[in-house]
Amino acid sequence: MSFINYSSREINCKIVYYGPGLCGKTTNLQYIYNKTSPDAKGKMISLATETERTLFFDFLPLSLGEIRGFKTRFHLYTVPGQVFYDASRKLILKGVDGVVFVADSQIERVEANLESVENLRTNLSEQGYDLDRIPYVVQYNKRDLPNAATVDELRKLLNPKAVPEFEATATTGVGVFDTLKAVAKLVLQELRKGADAGASPISSPPRRGPVT
Amino acid sequence: MVMYEAEYEQIKKVCDRLVREANSKVVFLVDKNGQLIASAGDVGHLDTTSLASLTAGNIAATGGIAKLINEKEFSQIFHEGERDNLHISIIGQRVILVVIFDQRSSLGLVRLRVRKASEELNTIFSSIAAKAEQPGASPFAEITDDDIDSLFSG
Ligand SMILES: Nc1nc2c(ncn2[C@@H]2O[C@H](COP(=O)(O)OP(=O)(O)OP(=O)(O)O)[C@@H](O)[C@H]2O)c(=O)[nH]1
Ligand SMILES: [Mg+2]
Repeated sequence: MSFINYSSREINCKIVYYGPGLCGKTTNLQYIYNKTSPDAKGKMISLATETERTLFFDFLPLSLGEIRGFKTRFHLYTVPGQVFYDASRKLILKGVDGVVFVADSQIERVEANLESVENLRTNLSEQGYDLDRIPYVVQYNKRDLPNAATVDELRKLLNPKAVPEFEATATTGVGVFDTLKAVAKLVLQELRKGADAGASPISSPPRRGPVT
Repeated sequence: MVMYEAEYEQIKKVCDRLVREANSKVVFLVDKNGQLIASAGDVGHLDTTSLASLTAGNIAATGGIAKLINEKEFSQIFHEGERDNLHISIIGQRVILVVIFDQRSSLGLVRLRVRKASEELNTIFSSIAAKAEQPGASPFAEITDDDIDSLFSG
């Protein structure tokens, strides 16, 4: 759930990277972290095992700039992809505004991808969200590997609703920012849609920021 | 959550006072999704964004454990360090209040002051929640695709 702060003129949104173990979620955040200027990012936090598998989450705060006088901040999280960390995944999904599903393109991982999407749908619906209605994009990662399935095959299995999709190689950064931009855009568009149902400041009307 | 200027001022006042009255170093408030709401005290050197996210993760994990053992959410958590101690409490099942203090204070004093501050904060957050129920204009009702695109061009 986005957090609009009229006092500090900020809006914070939460984006979660989901997907099977080793698909490259953490690598996405690391690439974003490395390529973002210091003033636009906070510290990246990784709660990981000794073998660098995500144990609870990775966290990366980004600020994208201003819209109508409001600083827009995105909090990026990854979930732990390993099947047995399901309880943690549910916790991370709380209050989510947008989801990136990172698929592992390798043929051997087709089933793991499918299981993970199903798991995402289930865990979201436990929180009262519908995967078909929230801001959602799909990333086919590890396109550089020789055993990658074709995008057509992956699309059929993982993206039947034709949400925005991107081919990526997270290790070199191909497709990483395109994916992020797409989900951020959907989140902001959703915010606009939901704005009518939102609240109005009663005691202190918002000062209008400069119109850009 | 939507935070307005008037309520923010009230919240800030309560946090500032809690720092003083509990003899603590730092007080901060975080929503359960990990967003920082307010902070007070000696926060200049602290990474409050990271603190907020980790605190929320901590509370989420502890809450998950509570559920598994059929316990209600733990409403207070205390971590003792060599120099600094951490007192975490949940206010009205909505927000997380964190107090960092050292030997100049004590757990007893912190608990006492937190209790009073919690009641006041709870009232403020109830009014924020009530306001959120009412429909109205938001600055985001009018944003255009160009506004959104301009974020990514820079
Ligand atoms: N060849 C190739 N390797 C990749 C790519 N993306 C990630 N990897 C590698 O895959 C491994 C796992 O990546 P992570 O980012 O840790 O995977 P994860 O999804 O965070 O995994 P969990 O934390 O267990 O859920 C690492 O060795 C990465 O370097 C890619 O696009 N191509
Ligand atoms: Mg990971």
